[in-house]
Amino acid sequence: MTSRIDLILTLADDELILGWRNSEWTGIAPFLEEDVAFSSIAQNEIGHARALYELAARELGTDADALAFDRPLDEYRSAPLVELRRLEWARTIARHWLYETADAIRLEALQAADDPELAGIAAKMGREEVYHRIHAEMWIDRLLASQEGRPRLDEALAELWPYALGVLDEDLRPELVRRVEAKLERVMPAVEPIGRDQHEAELAELLEEMTMVRRSAPAGAQW
Amino acid sequence: MTSRVFEVFRRERAGAPMQHAGSVVAPDARFAEIYAREQYGRRGESEALWLVPREAVGEIDEFVDEFDLKYRRVDGYSIKERLREARARAGTSLRDLPGGR
Repeated sequence: MTSRIDLILTLADDELILGWRNSEWTGIAPFLEEDVAFSSIAQNEIGHARALYELAARELGTDADALAFDRPLDEYRSAPLVELRRLEWARTIARHWLYETADAIRLEALQAADDPELAGIAAKMGREEVYHRIHAEMWIDRLLASQEGRPRLDEALAELWPYALGVLDEDLRPELVRRVEAKLERVMPAVEPIGRDQHEAELAELLEEMTMVRRSAPAGAQW
Repeated sequence: MTSRVFEVFRRERAGAPMQHAGSVVAPDARFAEIYAREQYGRRGESEALWLVPREAVGEIDEFVDEFDLKYRRVDGYSIKERLREARARAGTSLRDLPGGR
């Protein structure tokens, strides 16, 4: 498998798994407007995953659904950050913001790289991710300004920071540190990144649930 | 949590009037923009939205009619033909008006 396919699947897996995790708030987000907005963000992430899987599928001679649902767990390239199941709002917002910040850096690099097809899809994704990032940053501002929110956010950031560092490779990682520190106006601890060489235990449960319908459908079923 | 209500108006297509779509509850105008975008724009159903803080909306809810002036109402009374005749007499027509057809 080429490093290009590997890169596309890495992006796609991150978007698919995070989209799934974010969709776990549908119906139970803190209030109605946020429920709609966060569900919509989840749908966007899954839309990005689909576009990326389709791109990879064309080269691999398969289809997007097969890539999304039929691979064994150890072939998923998702970062542990997106695999974590943390149905707690401060952690959800902390992850959302850390991921969107890292994703922006990654998409900017792709747009600057010498691969017009990937640059094009990165630009399209970027135009939607702008709104995700605005949403995430507004929540960070809001939690930082609140007596109850700030310590809860800080606790969540402390837990998730090594995971966030694991989303990007060594070249791009310093930019993530720079942007996070600039927003929080404090220095983040220098910790060992939790990278893609491992998966969180809850990924297995997620894949089990995510592929349930596909596995139960008879071959050739049309949706 | 302190929240405000923002009334949302949407325009379905260019040239159509802004119509009240509903409202969003949000902590501030920036959140309201995100929420309105997701609730009233994500399916391509709007080409523009207006957001108005509810406290900025003026309301009139009293309409005095002490003398029961029912004759001001024109229900069931067609004036189209009579207007056309009147315009012909006056030598004016819709075509002569700014923006007329």
